[in-house]
Amino acid sequence: MDSPCCSKTRNPFTGAEANAVGVHVDKVSKTYSGVSVLSNISFDVQPGEIFVLMGPSGSGKSVLLRQIAGLERPTAGSITVDGQDPSLEETRDRVRLALVFQAGALFNSLSVYDNLALYPREHRSGTEASIKERVMHALRILSVEDAAKKFPSELSGGMKKRVSIARALVMEPQLLLYDEPTSELDPVMSATISEIIATLKNEYSVTSIVVTHDRSLALTIANRVGILMEGKLITLGTPQELRDTKNPKLVDFLYPKIDLQNPRFKKLETQETP
Amino acid sequence: MKQLYAILEGVGSVVQLLVRSLSYWATIPRQRARFIEQCYMIGYTTLPIVAILSFFIGTVLALEAGYAMSDFGAKEFIGSLVGLSMARELGPMMTAVLLAGRVGSAITAELASMKVYQEIDALTTMNIPAAKILVLPRLAAVLVMMPVLIIIANIVGWFGGSVVARYVSYVGISPEAYFAALRHYTKFKDVMNGMEKAEVFGFVVVLVCCDIGLNTRGGPREIGAAVTRAVVVSLILILVLDYFVTKILL
Repeated sequence: MDSPCCSKTRNPFTGAEANAVGVHVDKVSKTYSGVSVLSNISFDVQPGEIFVLMGPSGSGKSVLLRQIAGLERPTAGSITVDGQDPSLEETRDRVRLALVFQAGALFNSLSVYDNLALYPREHRSGTEASIKERVMHALRILSVEDAAKKFPSELSGGMKKRVSIARALVMEPQLLLYDEPTSELDPVMSATISEIIATLKNEYSVTSIVVTHDRSLALTIANRVGILMEGKLITLGTPQELRDTKNPKLVDFLYPKIDLQNPRFKKLETQETP
Repeated sequence: MKQLYAILEGVGSVVQLLVRSLSYWATIPRQRARFIEQCYMIGYTTLPIVAILSFFIGTVLALEAGYAMSDFGAKEFIGSLVGLSMARELGPMMTAVLLAGRVGSAITAELASMKVYQEIDALTTMNIPAAKILVLPRLAAVLVMMPVLIIIANIVGWFGGSVVARYVSYVGISPEAYFAALRHYTKFKDVMNGMEKAEVFGFVVVLVCCDIGLNTRGGPREIGAAVTRAVVVSLILILVLDYFVTKILL
């Protein structure tokens, strides 16, 4: 997966083509109560590309993703999706943007089916019969059609993630954002989710931005990877460039070594259990 | 100064939410199911407790009035006192207090939990305004259900007063005399004034509770804090508004 393929997205339900959208992040900074979380971040995401943002916990990845989704505004700098401010209602009317939340954010009071049907119903896109077809098709793509009548509280972590992706898919997105799609999942489920993300990109050419600290996910599915550390974008490159990197900071992050001689571990070993 | 700023910020936020919600007024017919669900929550589930409370408010009013009025031979007017008190003041106020405690707290808890668990963010990314599908149906439902609750509260309260008037020995007036005085002094306008008050109280309680819920930040602990704040703010607003609405209606 070396380069973005297409400037058109293909609707997973009708096959109709729409323009894939690009994202432009320009000198973005964010502070909360005087504490800097993001500092002077700039990059572009090309239409149809899978762009992965990696970084350790607390590096500001999710904050940046929320800003791209229009849920928060930068303190300085600007973000545009297809040339428009994503926090404006008009932009979200024009550009179909979906976010897969880390914890799913499924509506607990609605069944899985109604979670998926909410968007088309509210935006009056189709008859109830066509909405049903669309919802069931999305559930089938994610192999969770048996869960249609269940409520989110009855689902496992992996199923919640898949239903959450299915809900995003029903929106026929031009831009799909994933916040830690493989967190809290076992390796098999993580591999399945990676495969789903790659398939959605290959089949439907949806522009995707994935926030993760899962190295194998990032290096497998990405066209390009950006690494955030302490609120700064320290590198931007293809997976191959990252594999070949000699930068010690990046090597430490990508291939961490556990030093059992570290005094911290020694202290743990010598502690007596009560 | 900081507290004044917080109050002004709260007022601004509530007004914004009101304007946003009302801008979707035309979508109410399409939101029938949500509207009916909220009518059930606000009206039907509150009804038993409103009825019980109103009955005992009526009995206590009659008991106190009977005790005070029997000293100067005015027991026949107990019906008018209970009738007017229930219709103009106690019916609307106590129903609004119950609404704040039972429905308002539930609304805040639900919306705060949706906010904390990112369901509101999910709605935003779907371009489905929370004001449209979560706030508007509740505001419409409270406007429809408050008059129903008030009529029932008044009738049950009046009936409670008549029971005491008939069966408590030191009061001892017949139901006919009690209801004759009640009918004579309690005009339709008094009942309508009470309903208007109740509409204002109910609308403000639901709006404030929705706003506090939607502005909750943090984790599960903040949900509890938001519920407490919503109930306290609602109770204060009911009492403050009571003075001003009464002054306008008199």
